Amino acid sequence: MSERNLTRKPGEVETTGHEWDGIEELNNPLPRWWLWTFYATIFWGLIYTILFPAWPLISGATPGLLGFSTRARVATEIARVETANAPMRDRLVAADLGAIKDDPELLQFATSAGAAVFRTNCSQCHGSGAAGVQASGYPNLLDDDWIWGGTMEDIHTTIAHGIRNTTDDQARYSQMPAFGVDGLLEEPQIDAVVQHVLAISGQEHDAALAAEGATVFAENCAACHTEAGTGDRALGAPNLTDAIWLYGGTAADLTYTVTNSRFGVMPNWNTRLSEADIRAVALYVHGLGGGE
Amino acid sequence: MAILEKHKAIETHATLLLVLSFLVVTIGGLVQIVPLFYLENTIENVEGMRPYTPLELAGRDIYLREGCYVCHSQMIRPMRDEVERYGHYSLAAESQYDHPFQWGSKRTGPDLARVGNRYSDDWHVDHLTDPQSVVPESVMPKYGYMADTLIDGRYIQDIMKTHRMVGVPYSDAMIENAVADFKAQSDPNADTAGLEERYGKVNLRNFDAAPGISEMDALIAYLQVLGTMVDFSTYTPVASR
Repeated sequence: MSERNLTRKPGEVETTGHEWDGIEELNNPLPRWWLWTFYATIFWGLIYTILFPAWPLISGATPGLLGFSTRARVATEIARVETANAPMRDRLVAADLGAIKDDPELLQFATSAGAAVFRTNCSQCHGSGAAGVQASGYPNLLDDDWIWGGTMEDIHTTIAHGIRNTTDDQARYSQMPAFGVDGLLEEPQIDAVVQHVLAISGQEHDAALAAEGATVFAENCAACHTEAGTGDRALGAPNLTDAIWLYGGTAADLTYTVTNSRFGVMPNWNTRLSEADIRAVALYVHGLGGGE
Repeated sequence: MAILEKHKAIETHATLLLVLSFLVVTIGGLVQIVPLFYLENTIENVEGMRPYTPLELAGRDIYLREGCYVCHSQMIRPMRDEVERYGHYSLAAESQYDHPFQWGSKRTGPDLARVGNRYSDDWHVDHLTDPQSVVPESVMPKYGYMADTLIDGRYIQDIMKTHRMVGVPYSDAMIENAVADFKAQSDPNADTAGLEERYGKVNLRNFDAAPGISEMDALIAYLQVLGTMVDFSTYTPVASR
């Protein structure tokens, strides 16, 4: 554009009167479209402050003619989606937990809703594929081994109230004694009972030590894990014979567990998720393969 | 236009232009900023908010030191998708004792405004030590060394005094007992009656399950309290705020 001006003869375009070494500063008018757009934005700015909350006054700001409020908008938006989903969600909450899977429409709705809830809230510990983290205390939800039970009711309770947390009085709770740290068992006794657990879980073991360990097991562990070591879901005592381990099943892992105990915590989700969401994700987990 | 001709006088006098520009910017600034200090609807008081305990405050300093805010925001915006994912949108009051606030501006990782009680302490230890061990998709660096760095809270009293200077209502008793409170929170055998009396609802446990107070303890204590102070089952939002 400046080229165009350069080709004009002196005097055709107004100058600012500034001149340096014979070079004059042209005072071209602004392009008309630009100028009018500029005026329009000023005008629009004024209208905007009338329509939307803007001017601060003594005790508050002008609310604007449209009555806009961020909080009201998000509330409306949430309400809109909730209303749209209400018929299905109400059906889900009203349904008998065990009967949801018999209603194909409800099953489809709850499974996809549950999958979304799972990916957002559960995958950080249980993995996006729900396989947990092996030997680290994050349970695999794909197998059919359940510490606290694998029926819809059991899974629902576990999700709603969590495990061993301090934020829900009804959280599932069990605490294995730290047999080594608390001095309940001597080191040789722990070694023996570990060999016994290796034996009942079908792993390579020292038969003589394991036989010794059987007595230790009967006296110290059987009360919760049962004499056969098959566990007791009512107490949250895991089955030790199925070769599925939450914290690892090697001799070293087992020795650590017996010595220090384990205390895995799961948060309660009843304050973060709605009943419908909890039911949906319970159904999703139930349907992953191991549901009872 | 005549008025534009007069404007030329300003444009051609640098000092005058500078002074008048400053004046205009000052007025604009005053109109925009000053009302925020007195308008009732910008300073909502919400029940449940309390200043950070000394251990949480130490954890917050570690959060700042490590630059966690570069990848994690602490600001759930009032939009449905964010509320669905993270929980109730953040209230201004929830940052009122943060100096500076940790709203952040970028989310490489998720928002942390309501991370408190969302995960177990064990998970935080595992995740901070090796994020990929629990979240294989994560690009977060490892912070395992925090578990090895023991802290004794020797500066915590001064830090609290500084926070009081900028408006956090730490009482004299809180400042006086800073170090004791710092040590008591993560010690299961400590007498925590005083700590609870001064601060109210406090998470009391050995956060990293290891002996001594490490940076890991402090950071997890801080993370576990984020977004948990306000009880949203009893909070009713006022639409005009």
